Amino acid sequence: MAFEKVLTRNVGNPAVLRTRGYRDTGGYDALSKALRMAPEEVIEEVKRSGLRGRGGAGFPCGMKWSFVPRQSPQPKYIVCNADESEPGTFKDRLLMEFDPHQLLEGCVIAGWAVGANTTYIYIRGEYTKAASVLEEAVRDAYASGILGDSVLGTGFRHDIHVHRGAGAYICGEETGLLESLEGRLGQPRVKPPFPAVVGAFGCPTVINNVETLCCVPHIVQRGADWFKGIGPDERNTGPKLYAVSGHVERPGTYEHPIGITFQELLDGCGGMYQGRALKAVIPGGASAPMLGPEDREIPLDFDRLARAGSMLGSAAVIVMDETTCVVRATLRLARFFAHESCGQCTPCREGTNWMAKILARIESGKGTEADLDLLASVVPNVGGISLCALGDASQGPVKSMIAKFGEEIRDNLRHGRYPLPRRRIFELGAVA
Amino acid sequence: MTRNTATPTPALPEDVRAEIDALRPRYPTAEALVLPALHLAQRASGGWLPPEMIAAVAAHLDLAPAKVAAVVSFYDMFHDRPVGRHRIRLCTNLSCQLRGADELLEVLAEELGTGEGEVTPDGRCSYVQFECLGSCDTAPMMMVDDEYHENLTPDRVRQIVRGLG
Repeated sequence: MAFEKVLTRNVGNPAVLRTRGYRDTGGYDALSKALRMAPEEVIEEVKRSGLRGRGGAGFPCGMKWSFVPRQSPQPKYIVCNADESEPGTFKDRLLMEFDPHQLLEGCVIAGWAVGANTTYIYIRGEYTKAASVLEEAVRDAYASGILGDSVLGTGFRHDIHVHRGAGAYICGEETGLLESLEGRLGQPRVKPPFPAVVGAFGCPTVINNVETLCCVPHIVQRGADWFKGIGPDERNTGPKLYAVSGHVERPGTYEHPIGITFQELLDGCGGMYQGRALKAVIPGGASAPMLGPEDREIPLDFDRLARAGSMLGSAAVIVMDETTCVVRATLRLARFFAHESCGQCTPCREGTNWMAKILARIESGKGTEADLDLLASVVPNVGGISLCALGDASQGPVKSMIAKFGEEIRDNLRHGRYPLPRRRIFELGAVA
Repeated sequence: MTRNTATPTPALPEDVRAEIDALRPRYPTAEALVLPALHLAQRASGGWLPPEMIAAVAAHLDLAPAKVAAVVSFYDMFHDRPVGRHRIRLCTNLSCQLRGADELLEVLAEELGTGEGEVTPDGRCSYVQFECLGSCDTAPMMMVDDEYHENLTPDRVRQIVRGLG
């Protein structure tokens, strides 16, 4: 049976930008259903669905919700993490720009489930269009009785505010995001306490990614069993957006059942750009260790990618063909992490910079094999000992580069081949 | 909190104050208004935040100026130095690099005759390399002011730059 699109079913239908048009497609029926359920039942349904966070970490969503204390003297908050900044990732932008009410519906249901009357959608500052589409949708939802003092006439109050970031990758980290939302530098907090207990403004808070929240209305409406029926097993369930970029014929956001193989995904994108050979693929955004051509049959889900030494992450699939210099590609990512390290923890602040410097030396042709050894010795010291996962993430590309391509790089170094001839794309004809 | 009493507290333009104050009910603290306020203030002052503007935002929110200045320095979208009337942010992260972003960086340098982060002598433009802007399926791409330009080629970049007033 052909897979029927769930999260992107409304993409291309401009009517759904308005509350009325969204309702015509069955939108907000799930909210109405959820409001007739007990909050605990909603949490239970989401738990049973096996939904895991779509932002990168893959934490079970229902479990996250259940950590929020039922009784709280303080207000509780839903924070939607729309700070999509993982290089290669553009799926949440699509969801926000083309079906904003699906996200709003997920936010309000989450609010009902945990007893929160306010959602902040923290959207990265560069997403000006998505932010204005969302703001317009929020206004319309207030005017239509979806938001405000009495959601759908039930007496449950829920407000949604769109809050723009200002350009900092680290604000996609849960507690960095909270610091930023509160008006400070986006420097991650010491955990515990976790946000479910002490989150935004010191209050219990659930932080969910855009795509995660967009799954919620469908789970409520069609049931946990339906959701679980999509995907290979109980731990990897539901529809998934894969954002494919790089050297493929048709880059884009593709919705598939979670766990299709890389080869299947690639076939759906029209294959490799100009039929070239695959060199490397990053399956889950910049933080995910690279895979090689021998890994093309690996199912793209949380557990199988972890077993293969990589991760699903944000499911941003960056494809590199045979003309790519892997050192140069890794250097670009290393520079990214060095730039985005918030500076709090020494191993990350210093380590990311050292990795970038050594890679730059190799790439420029000034390096020797000893530099590769030095690089390998730096990598294990960058992660695992910092407040957040940025340092860990920065290891992924470098470690996997050495593991997958170490021999090739050594050979190139021995023969003085760096810098490898840089492919002038536009001299070869337009790519687009 | 100690403030330098020798200089009078600078004031924000009236419309910026009003826009900031309209957002107050959204948040339980005034500090949470720092980012929204800086966005508004920056827009009102030619795309960057001179020290007196930062001080004015701090005063309006009753925060230490150093605190707000630190926020300005932390985020890539806030500028504490003059920028061009048009701000070009070219994504050079991996997905765009794979599709030719580095060549476009050369085109920008050539076309504008300035280095990265410098303002053209006529004040018209400044450009910087930027981290992933989430438009990787239409790489290479750049952001000019608030607008995304996608599927770029060198010719297209020249055309866009020449069209900026």
